Amino acid sequence: MARSVSTSRRVTFTVIAWVIALILFFPILWTIITSFKSEGDAIAFPPVFLNFHWTLDSYREVQERSDYLLHVWNSAAISFGSTLIALLISIPAAWAMAFNPGKRTKDILMWMLSTKMMPAVAVLVPFYLAYKNLGLLDTKLGLIIILTMMNLPIIVWMLYSYFKEIPGEILEAARMDGATLGKEIVYVLAPMAVPGIASTVLLNIILSWNEAFWTLNLSASQAAPLSTFIASYSSPEGLFWAKLSAASTLAIAPILVMGWFSQKQLVRGLTFGAVK
Amino acid sequence: MATMQMRTTARAMMAPAVILLLVWMAVPLAATLYYSFQNYTLLNPVISFAGLDNYYYFITDPAFASAVLNTIYLVGGVLLITVIGGLFLALLIDQPIFGQGIVRILVISPFFVMPTVAALVWKNMLMNPIYGIFAWLFSLVGLPPVDFLAQIPLLSIILIVAWQWLPFATLILLTALQSLDGEQMEAAEMDGAGVVSRFIYLVLPHLSRAITVVILIETIFLLGVFAEILVTTNGGPGTASTNLPFLVYTQALLNFDVGSASAGGIIAVVVANIVAFFLMRIIGKNLEA
Repeated sequence: MARSVSTSRRVTFTVIAWVIALILFFPILWTIITSFKSEGDAIAFPPVFLNFHWTLDSYREVQERSDYLLHVWNSAAISFGSTLIALLISIPAAWAMAFNPGKRTKDILMWMLSTKMMPAVAVLVPFYLAYKNLGLLDTKLGLIIILTMMNLPIIVWMLYSYFKEIPGEILEAARMDGATLGKEIVYVLAPMAVPGIASTVLLNIILSWNEAFWTLNLSASQAAPLSTFIASYSSPEGLFWAKLSAASTLAIAPILVMGWFSQKQLVRGLTFGAVK
Repeated sequence: MATMQMRTTARAMMAPAVILLLVWMAVPLAATLYYSFQNYTLLNPVISFAGLDNYYYFITDPAFASAVLNTIYLVGGVLLITVIGGLFLALLIDQPIFGQGIVRILVISPFFVMPTVAALVWKNMLMNPIYGIFAWLFSLVGLPPVDFLAQIPLLSIILIVAWQWLPFATLILLTALQSLDGEQMEAAEMDGAGVVSRFIYLVLPHLSRAITVVILIETIFLLGVFAEILVTTNGGPGTASTNLPFLVYTQALLNFDVGSASAGGIIAVVVANIVAFFLMRIIGKNLEA
């Protein structure tokens, strides 16, 4: 807006906004600060804010629990694996829907979306029983299968909305010049769609990384990603807040940074294009 | 014909996604439906037909009524906080403020914190009645500490979940707000419309669809809140903070009652479908535009 704003008004709004923003961010900030404390300082009362002995002990101890890296690896394998597999299945589908829409394309898109609305808890029992019988409980493969299917509708939708913005004439021109379908997708479509594909991947990695229904119910130790691993700190066997904080900071840091970079795409992806 | 060939190719390209999703949706749901009519517990390998018994027992269990109420309170409470708070925050961040980019990043950050971390950090470091930040803040103003998760378990969970979803509402409403026509606002201002009437007659109508989308999408996710309950109160004390998904989980994985849990799952589907119906209509409309 091209209206001039008085400085005092601007300063007032700035102060209010910053205070609220810092309050909302405080739990995260507090987790990060606590991760550098000793266990004693972590439960000091009244709380100590900055004037304590900063230490990396908690990080060291968390790392030394040899299984920590296993959970990081599980989280990465599950979120990247499920996103990439879903992407491979989705790209052809989104291509077909965006550039060769049929009469029923819209219905198919809506139906795909509707599968996202099914409450996970409704199919918990059959999945649990089937996984138990197939030996898929607490395996990365089992979780990747489920998260792939959970990601699929969102990925198809996001790719579809990005592909729609690419003029179909360019693809047609490539076809006229004799490009095969595979070449058309790999050499013509994909390079133009890279930004869209990248943000789709980013959002879905974030969603899979933070998924906490299936991971909690279907993994225990071997395949447990970070969300399950950190839930194990809920047992009241003692107050290990510094270690909890260190493990938490490591678990959320990469996703937090990814999230900051994907703000815009996030809106589009999470509202299925209803808000851009 | 080239187009005919293209049509066939297009179908083939869609097939894997469509078939996989069809299987993913139909098979487990059919299985749940089947189990819901069987007497089947994991402790007793004999399965027999139960008719509507599972539904009857699930619905008449006193825990069911309280789970339904808790689900409504949880969804309603979080919606109330996040929509009103999100609207306020979006309007605030949309003002010309210093460091807008950083404020935005700080505000949306909680959305990226995994639910188990969010719940544990709140449970321990903020809400702990002895060492927590809230206990300290209360002591500063001379109030006795509150054992949040024991005394007001559901309200505490609403607070945690609202913290996670406030960024979502803010971000979506802010995005919608930024597509508001500035000239229209200016014209209204020159015609003498005050801040309040500009908000009621211009801003709110412009945001109405975004607000609807926020409400519906959040409802879908909030109907399924699970991890936050599992790591904080475990549904308790008693069933004070048990919602519908958590009740189904308790029946299935703790009581091993497959039949009853399945009946609960089917009830959850019915509830979710009512919400989904409205959401789909809005998104469908948008697809035509």
